[in-house]
Formats: sequence, C-alpha cells, structure tokens
Amino acid sequence: MTAALWHVLTDPWGEPILRRAFLEVALLGLAGGAIGCWVLHHRLAYSAESMAHGLLPGLVLASLVGLPLLLGGAASLAITAAAITWAGRISGIDRDTAVAVVVTSLFGLGVLLALSPDSPPGLQNLLFGDPLGISDGDLLLAAGLVVATAAVLRLLHWRLVVVGFDRAAAHGLGVSPGRVDLALMGLLTLALLVAVQGLGNLLVVALLVAPAAAARRLTRTMPGMLVTASLVALAAGWAGMYVSYHARTAAGASIAGMLVVAVAVAELASRAGRTGRRRAA
Amino acid sequence: MRDSGDLIAVEALSAGYGGPPALRDVEFSVRPGERVAVLGPNGGGKTTLFRVLLGELEPNEGEVRAPRCAMVPQTERSRLDFPVSALDVAVMGSLSRLAWWRRPGRPERERAREALAAVGLGERAETTFGELSGGQRQRVLIARALMQDARVILLDEPFTGLDAPAADRLEAVMSELAAEGRALLIATHDVLQAHRWDRVLCVNRRQVAFGVPDEVLTREVLELTYGEAIVALPGAGGGAIMPAHHHHDHGPA
Repeated sequence: MTAALWHVLTDPWGEPILRRAFLEVALLGLAGGAIGCWVLHHRLAYSAESMAHGLLPGLVLASLVGLPLLLGGAASLAITAAAITWAGRISGIDRDTAVAVVVTSLFGLGVLLALSPDSPPGLQNLLFGDPLGISDGDLLLAAGLVVATAAVLRLLHWRLVVVGFDRAAAHGLGVSPGRVDLALMGLLTLALLVAVQGLGNLLVVALLVAPAAAARRLTRTMPGMLVTASLVALAAGWAGMYVSYHARTAAGASIAGMLVVAVAVAELASRAGRTGRRRAA
Repeated sequence: MRDSGDLIAVEALSAGYGGPPALRDVEFSVRPGERVAVLGPNGGGKTTLFRVLLGELEPNEGEVRAPRCAMVPQTERSRLDFPVSALDVAVMGSLSRLAWWRRPGRPERERAREALAAVGLGERAETTFGELSGGQRQRVLIARALMQDARVILLDEPFTGLDAPAADRLEAVMSELAAEGRALLIATHDVLQAHRWDRVLCVNRRQVAFGVPDEVLTREVLELTYGEAIVALPGAGGGAIMPAHHHHDHGPA
C-alpha cells in the first residue's frame, strides 16, 4: 500500500519533462497565489480575466512571426487599453460593456488566428496551456517572476493595504491609489505573460483567483493569506499534475479542476470551523 | 479674523470642481483646543471644505492657512472584510512620513499602540477591524489620524449609527484631543450636539454663519442652512431645532 502510494507520487519525477513541469507549476503557483490575494482585495478579478483574454491576439501573432511572446503580449495589451478607453467614450456604452465588447472581440481574433488550419500546430497551447512543453528558459522566466513578485509585494505591502482597505482615504495617508494600481497591474500583466505558456490563456486566471479565494476563507491576516494562497496554489498545481499523469487528462485543465476543489474544501473547512466555535461558545 | 493665535485661518474662500463654486464666501478661524461643528445639508459644501483643508483641492479664490490636517472618514467607507487588525489600521497613519520604499517598523508599531491606548483601545490592538463595534472602529480611525501628527482633525459625521454609550465614549475622546491643543472640525447634522461645542460653522453652498453656538444656532440661520424643512423639538427650548429630513435617522440625541 505504502509502496504503491510511493510509486504514484514519485513516478512522474523520473522524467525530465515532468520534473520541469512540476517545477514550473510550483513557481507559477507561488507567484500567482500571492498576486491573486491583491487581485481579490482590489477587486481586479474581472480586469485580470479581461487582460488575459486581451493578450491573446498579440501572443498568437508574436509566435506566428517568431517574436518574443512578451513583446506581442505588451503590444496587445496597449491596443486593448486604448480600445477600451475609446469604446468607453461612446455615449450609451458604460465601462463594463466597453471592456466586454473589446475583450471578446480581441479574444475572438486571437482564437481565429490560433485555430486556423494554416496556423502551425501548437498554437492552441496558448489557449489551454502545455506544462509539458516548458523549456529551461521558461523556468528561468518563472523564477524571475517569483523574485519580482516577492520584491514588489514586500516593497508595496502597506500601500496595497491602504488602497485596498480605504481607497478614498489613501491620498490623505500619503499613498497615491493610481500609482499603486499601476504597479499591481504591471505585476499582474507580467504574471499573465509568464504563466500563459504553461497554463494557457483560458486557465491562467484560475491560478490567480482560486488560491486567494481559498486562503481568504482560512486566514485572518494579510501575511497569513499571502503565504496560504501560495501554498494552496502549489499544492493544487501539483495535485493537478499527478491527476494529469495518472489519469492521462490535460494538465492545464486538471490543475484548474484541483484549484476549484481547493476553494470548495476551504469553504467547507471554514464553515465547519465556524460551527465548531459556535458550539464551543 | 481674530488674532494670530489661530490654528486655521480661512479668508474669502471659494472652491469647486470646474463649474460654479460648490462653496463660496467662507471666512472663519479656529484656535487650538476648539471643537467646531460644521453643519450643512448633503451637497452643502462640507466635503469641499474638508478637501481644501486637506490640500486635496485648490481654492478658486481666497486664502487658507492651515497646518497638517488629518481626516477621520466614516467607517462604512472602509472595507470591513479586509484582513487588517486595529493596529494595522493605526500603523497606516505613519506612511505619509515614510519614504515610499520604507516599511513601517517597530517604532511605528509602538506609536500605533500608544495612539490606540489614547483612544481607549489599547486592549483591542490585535482585533480584526471588521469585528470591532461601530464606535470602536471610529476610534481606531481617530488613532490613525493621531499617527499623522496632525494638529487639526477633520471628522466626517463620526456619530452616525452609534448608540448612546458609544457616542459618549467618542465625545470624551474628542474632548481629550481638544484639551491637548488640537482643533477638531466635526461634520454633523446633530444641532443639539453642536450646542455643546465651541464654535459652529453653517454652510449651504456658501457660509451662512460662524460663531459661538448660542449666537449661531437660531431658527433663521438653520432655515438658511437647511432650507425651510426644519422642526422644533418639543420641550427643548428655542435653540434646539432639528432639520426635519435628518432627525428621524438619528434617534434621540
């Protein structure tokens, strides 16, 4: 029994491709979980999803012509932002509608390019992710993302707290909400660009939102939430990888599924905890 | 204008947001240790005045001389589900004096504990902000203002939603702050409460009156401040008049 479990857990690690995938998922989980906490508290989940979708045509075009993905994504994002601003100015269209229209149009364009018969195979990985296609360069990028995330979140911790807690009072406390937004959006964009390779455009948002949502149920302080979200993301990521390996399911989708399970478990645990406390009291 | 011992001096102030001024003809002065009730209808210019004093809004005309001011907002505006302790909220008040790359450290936390003790919440420093009562939350936000080393504290309807014991407790804290030589400007709708403070400033898109409560709080001034819709409270004497559209949501004062 123990030996069987040992095999279940260690078998995937025998293959270099899978070792890289596990490492990539771990790195993305650590960074994404922590960034997600601020995405949630600054109510940016919708923006994060929109940005991920808005990036797609740029990513697809960049890989079609052989440019770095980072460049294509950045260009795509600039066009998305400009289009949203422009659409929002048309009278009778509110901001949410403008975002939805622009983002679905761009996402549709991206899908059209990625799945057209003339496009080289592999582009659909930009949609659904392919942790098994991770190169050493991708791993380095992910490691860089972890370092950048730790540095930015540590540096801006109190400013993020102030803006998330009471945006209207931030100015009076010497904090510029606009600059904090910009820094957080910058970090979020970087995370999306780095993570999209492994997890795919459609599923990457799950890594940002789900671990934070689970951690919010389980913790009462911000530092506790950040650490918990990172660990939940790592655990769910690896659980998804094992499921994918043994059940031969798509890796990105398996990870997203495990993230949803993590949120459900956290919700149940928090309810059980509350009931227990009420009984004790 | 009174003498140069004034902490705040405002002369011929007019301010707004591009269109016609939201507030004009404002002229008053406040000395250290004074509590000033700022009365006026919603949209009457109280927020505009506070924003000018905080330095967030440039006056269109006139002169404003004021030291560093700190704002105590309404607690409902902050996120009650945010995972911060009372101590964390008080520490926020230290940020404006730290360079952006510096994090609040032990000295800032020590000062925040002192500020919480000063508002009677030394024991609740570790409690999550959202789990405190309305009155306690209001006092935490006052502690945050104390951390800003401000000699002038602006309070935005701090008594809204408080029961009588909590309101008494808050009023006691405010008296202590005034006794330390700070000036307090308190936006309120409660005319009875304004009677107990040192000065009253009435605004309704312009300054209607400024002075000691007994002189300012007349039916005529209150009608100019709130429009015609005011009622006299039975048995409360000539000066005790409540604006009709506010008096129902405050309960007995």
